[in-house]
Amino acid sequence: MKGPATMAPPHGATLLTAWHRHHRCDLAAHLETHGPLPLPVPRDYGWPARLAREIEAAGLTGRGGAAFPSVRKLVAAGTTGRGAVVVVNAMEGEPASDKDRVLLAVAPHLVLDGAALVATALGAGRVVVCVADDRHDTAAHVAQAIGERVGTHLGPPVELARPPAGYVSGEESALASWLAGGVGAPAFRPDRAVPLSISRRPALVHNAETLAHVGLIARYGAPWFRSLGSNGATGTTLVTVSGDVEHPGVHEVALGAPIEEIVARSTPNGAIRAVLVGGYGGSWIDTAALATPYAPAALRGLGAGVGAGILLVLGAGHCGLAEVARIARYMAGESAGQCGPCVFGLPAIAADLDELVRGSPHPGALEQRLHARLEAVDGRGACRHPDGVVRMVRSALAVFRDEVRHHLARGRCRCGDKAGPR
Amino acid sequence: MTTRVPVALRVDPIACDAFGYCAELLPELVALDEWGYPVVGARRVPDELVALAREAARQCPRRALLVAEADS
Repeated sequence: MKGPATMAPPHGATLLTAWHRHHRCDLAAHLETHGPLPLPVPRDYGWPARLAREIEAAGLTGRGGAAFPSVRKLVAAGTTGRGAVVVVNAMEGEPASDKDRVLLAVAPHLVLDGAALVATALGAGRVVVCVADDRHDTAAHVAQAIGERVGTHLGPPVELARPPAGYVSGEESALASWLAGGVGAPAFRPDRAVPLSISRRPALVHNAETLAHVGLIARYGAPWFRSLGSNGATGTTLVTVSGDVEHPGVHEVALGAPIEEIVARSTPNGAIRAVLVGGYGGSWIDTAALATPYAPAALRGLGAGVGAGILLVLGAGHCGLAEVARIARYMAGESAGQCGPCVFGLPAIAADLDELVRGSPHPGALEQRLHARLEAVDGRGACRHPDGVVRMVRSALAVFRDEVRHHLARGRCRCGDKAGPR
Repeated sequence: MTTRVPVALRVDPIACDAFGYCAELLPELVALDEWGYPVVGARRVPDELVALAREAARQCPRRALLVAEADS
């Protein structure tokens, strides 16, 4: 049986290569590099299943944070039939992430290709690209790409939506709520297996990068995609490296590459103390773990995950706890304000961390209270925002345990309490 | 002896406004955190408390306490 993937990939074809070669991202350059979009011929009823099988065989996981196998999401909405809406999530509310902005600036048509393929497979009549209302450049790039595709029959019509910026406004149920005319806050979903809907139409929310990979897999096939990974992981992935590095930026790397190799691309400023992996709701890892492959399975062993593709480097000269307190304070301010444990718990945790950094007259009580509050907040919001803060702080207390002891005993830092890398 | 579908308590954290009636009516299963919001855990509600749990759910002013089928 002929699968949907038949083309030979241009040498080194990945998400960003067309841009590096031509420095053009218009539709003509895109089609010149990658060839036509492999949409099905009329009445090819087996095509959606073949596309789903190809994505499954490729081992593609969601690039938005949950590392959810993409094909499961595709099939979940597929069972509900016509009238579906495909939502491209390019909200990128994570402050340490820059990959969606870069991707939509240099390869917007790959993202729109992926959306068109998924929408066609579902019979969806509508594609909506969500760009935060403060990302004007990204919105302009997307609008231009959408304009170039009008009248080209490259999938269903595409709209651009501008939901309010914010850490949690890109959470998928928050996006669905906003697109349905609601407040744009996460919903209480007792059963996450129930697909999302927008005004009673099934909605499929995919991260922009995930869809760009679909655009490539549909052309070049699962074996090609698998060949790009390393250490058992498949494909490439976009990683934003920032913090104490000379050249912060977005790199496309083989999923499964050692973390230290990825960090090296941005040239760390001297010795590294620790790395925050996944994002502000991610996990700190020690320098001893820097040889770990950057891939979901290997990171799970460290209690971490690829998250939204973020490596935030903390140099040896900076106080990890000060950085942790800063991030916790930021995250407390980004609560959607709906759930008590998040509304009251996150500021309380942030205050405890501030006290830990400054030094406390009651170090024993402080430590006990902080641990109790982490326990109290974990898993008690409608969305995973508070859980991310708990994960980040718990991992920090383990990785920076010497610093914690020092702050508790001396009320100050060994490293002069300099502010963090950002 | 009737067989019951195993049930567990759940809280809709968006609806909940920390009235605390659930903890007063059902202290066996509901504790309050330091901010007054209920902590219910995931364990199965014992058969002898199911009727009381349903009553507590009915009494919640925000309809935020749910008696749902337990995850098996």
